[in-house]
Amino acid sequence: MGAERGLAGVEPAPSPEAAGPLVALRGVRKAFSSGTVALERLNLDVRDGEFLSLLGPSGCGKSTVLRLIAGLTSKTEGSIQWRGGQPSLGFVFQEPTLAPWSDVFANVWLPLRLRGVSRADAKVRIEEALAQVGLKGFEKAYPRELSGGMKMRVSIARALVMRPALLLLDEPFAALDEITRSRLNDDLLDLKAAFGATVVFVTHSVYESVYLSTRIAVMAARPGRIVADIPVDPSLARNEDFRLGAYYAERCRETSAALQLAMGGAEPLDPRHEVRRG
Amino acid sequence: MGRDTFEDYIFPVVIFLLAIGAWEAFVRFYGIPPYMLPAPSAIAYTLYEDWGTLSRSLMVTLSTTFEALIAAIVGGVFLALSFRLWRPLERAFFPFAVVMQVTPIIAIAPLLLVYLSSGAAVLVCAFLVAFFPILANTALGLASADHNLVDLFVLYGASPWQQLAMLRLPSALPYFLGGLRIGGGLALIGAIVAEIAAGSAGSGSGLAFRIVESGFRLNIPRMFAALFLISVTGISIFLFFTGVSYLLLHRWHDSARGREP
Repeated sequence: MGAERGLAGVEPAPSPEAAGPLVALRGVRKAFSSGTVALERLNLDVRDGEFLSLLGPSGCGKSTVLRLIAGLTSKTEGSIQWRGGQPSLGFVFQEPTLAPWSDVFANVWLPLRLRGVSRADAKVRIEEALAQVGLKGFEKAYPRELSGGMKMRVSIARALVMRPALLLLDEPFAALDEITRSRLNDDLLDLKAAFGATVVFVTHSVYESVYLSTRIAVMAARPGRIVADIPVDPSLARNEDFRLGAYYAERCRETSAALQLAMGGAEPLDPRHEVRRG
Repeated sequence: MGRDTFEDYIFPVVIFLLAIGAWEAFVRFYGIPPYMLPAPSAIAYTLYEDWGTLSRSLMVTLSTTFEALIAAIVGGVFLALSFRLWRPLERAFFPFAVVMQVTPIIAIAPLLLVYLSSGAAVLVCAFLVAFFPILANTALGLASADHNLVDLFVLYGASPWQQLAMLRLPSALPYFLGGLRIGGGLALIGAIVAEIAAGSAGSGSGLAFRIVESGFRLNIPRMFAALFLISVTGISIFLFFTGVSYLLLHRWHDSARGREP
């Protein structure tokens, strides 16, 4: 894990805008069978190479957006368009969601195993993924023998072993203590730099979203929609200096204000996702 | 000797021996005749003396119990899997399973003896009582797979067979083993109840039949000896399945692991 964490190294390919977003959600509505409308007129672009955070209060539909992108739930209205078809996906849930009856090796092997990759053929990739999340030597451990942070690392390794083009993370660090969470934030940035995947990260932490992201989409609740789109400079290295700097403080203030506005019932932005600041 | 060793092993054994000793002393002190309450020593002697007859009866009861249990495992697991794969089947057949469970077996046994041979009737009775907990627990376990893990399997394109083999069956294992521990004991109870019903009809040679027969002959020590063998059998079945559960679950499931003090 490197000390200098920049997001510049994973900038999009030369002309991503010309090629269009990796996935575009347009006018998406999601209503559950209970009648609850989770999302309404939601427009969102996910661009190549970016670290996009979906930030919003509890119950605003952040996880639903992620599940829609992953194809785990269906939209009621609107469209979800992939540029060139759906790429390989990795998904990390809020809970580690490990198979308790399998050891660490078998848990990370799971996505490959489901695609018919044998244990022997998967071994190198699994060991590589485990080394990248700092769990080398824990192959034979069972989930219940691991700490919360280690379980989440296994979950991330399992998502990365498929070398996904798009990594979806649903509040993965919400249940962890502050120290573990901070360490995993840095590790996640290192992994993103190493793998070059596009990331969509659900969180309700303003500070976490500003530290990790190249862009923050703020959501309002009832029904869920995007109300602000805040860019964060990817060229600045993410480290303690970044956390203590004026730029970080300003982005946090700005994001926090957008979140406050969202919780007060802001109107949705137009489909171009203009940045609403302050 | 640690405190845990004393509390976990020595203290229960001492209490058991004291209870047996008190029973022996009570019978001897008051001179109670064996046809009213035999002393533990008299029961032990009867066990030794009548071991030939009792052991043959034990084998009959054990054989009925395990045949019924195997049938209950095969039937219960097969039906639970069928329920999982096609839900209308559950709505159609589960009420039958509930009816079989809630109707006291002692009330069904005489009817079964009318239609079946006594051996078959005893087997069916034991099967009927052991079947439901295995079916209900396995069905519950198959439905209790972590929803996020189910999502993960869907995301990675798992086939229904992969989802069943790699997710739902392991998720159901603790529930199935719980059902097995209940079903094992119930199979023995079902076998005994049916043997008593069959015995009173004049046939059968299991342990329960020995109890009925000994009762008619006022051979109370042999009644106790048969009762003792039934208890030991029940305890052995429970301990066996507890051991199987421990072997299969102790590395990952809370039910088979002690809590760290």
